[in-house]
Amino acid sequence: MMNGEHENRMHQEKLVGMIRTATHDVFGTMLGIELVDGKATVGQSAPEPIDGVVAIIGLAGRWVGTGTFSASAEGARRIASQMLMQEYAAVDDEVLDALGEITNMIVGNVKTLLEEEYGAMGLSIPTVIYGRNFTTRSVGRNEWVFVPFHCMDTTVEVHLCLIPGSENQQTARQTAILSMQ
Amino acid sequence: MAIDVLIVDDSAAIRKILHRVLVQADVPLGRVIEAGDGLEALEALKTQNVGLILSDINMPNMDGLQFLSAVKSNDRIKDVPVIMVTTEGGSSKVMEAVNLGAIGYVRKPFTADQIKEKLAGII
Repeated sequence: MMNGEHENRMHQEKLVGMIRTATHDVFGTMLGIELVDGKATVGQSAPEPIDGVVAIIGLAGRWVGTGTFSASAEGARRIASQMLMQEYAAVDDEVLDALGEITNMIVGNVKTLLEEEYGAMGLSIPTVIYGRNFTTRSVGRNEWVFVPFHCMDTTVEVHLCLIPGSENQQTARQTAILSMQ
Repeated sequence: MAIDVLIVDDSAAIRKILHRVLVQADVPLGRVIEAGDGLEALEALKTQNVGLILSDINMPNMDGLQFLSAVKSNDRIKDVPVIMVTTEGGSSKVMEAVNLGAIGYVRKPFTADQIKEKLAGII
């Protein structure tokens, strides 16, 4: 049991490190922004209801899971403006597309790091959701790592859930269930 | 002579960034054509000739490897150089792209200099 807990903690710490490496790389290279790390946490519960943008990508292979990137509406506009070098007055299709691509790059680079240890994995096309006062939940009781970052007077978060594929295949088909509050 | 370029990526944001990098690069650029997936790209190539293709791998409808395979099996366009620009950093995908005939690979996230450097070796 102790060994299992220890291994689990090591696994989560490794995931946090990979997420930080990938997210710093994407923001530094594509946006020219230096991120400040927030305190990473682990939990089963869904994040608090948010107003803003959440992008979701599935991972599949010997290990399966889901990665998400979330930002406030204001944060999403600032990120897209910085990435595309033009101002966005509202969260429109171009902002959502930019956030989807940021997520694709972050989770894609985490996937590349994971593949060194867990073998080849596939990546789904990102789904991007924008709304007010909504929560995302996954089917199942698996633990997520929540990794926040601070930049441009806002906070963005990367969440990742990753479990062995053979033990719990349902996460491969996992879909975020949205519950409008 | 100016070179026409086809950018294939499901992200409009990435197409916009690549377009901007091409304009800034020190290459004789002609038209820049954009497609959102492999199918759209093949459709565009039926009527338009290009001298270079920049393609993502992970796309809906037809992914970049299927698209690359289709290009390389078409006698009219098989010699057009294709550079993959993608988050797929795993060696298996890169090797598959190279085996299918891609002449280069740029990992996302990328800098403008990385794209320019890759172009310089081709154009």
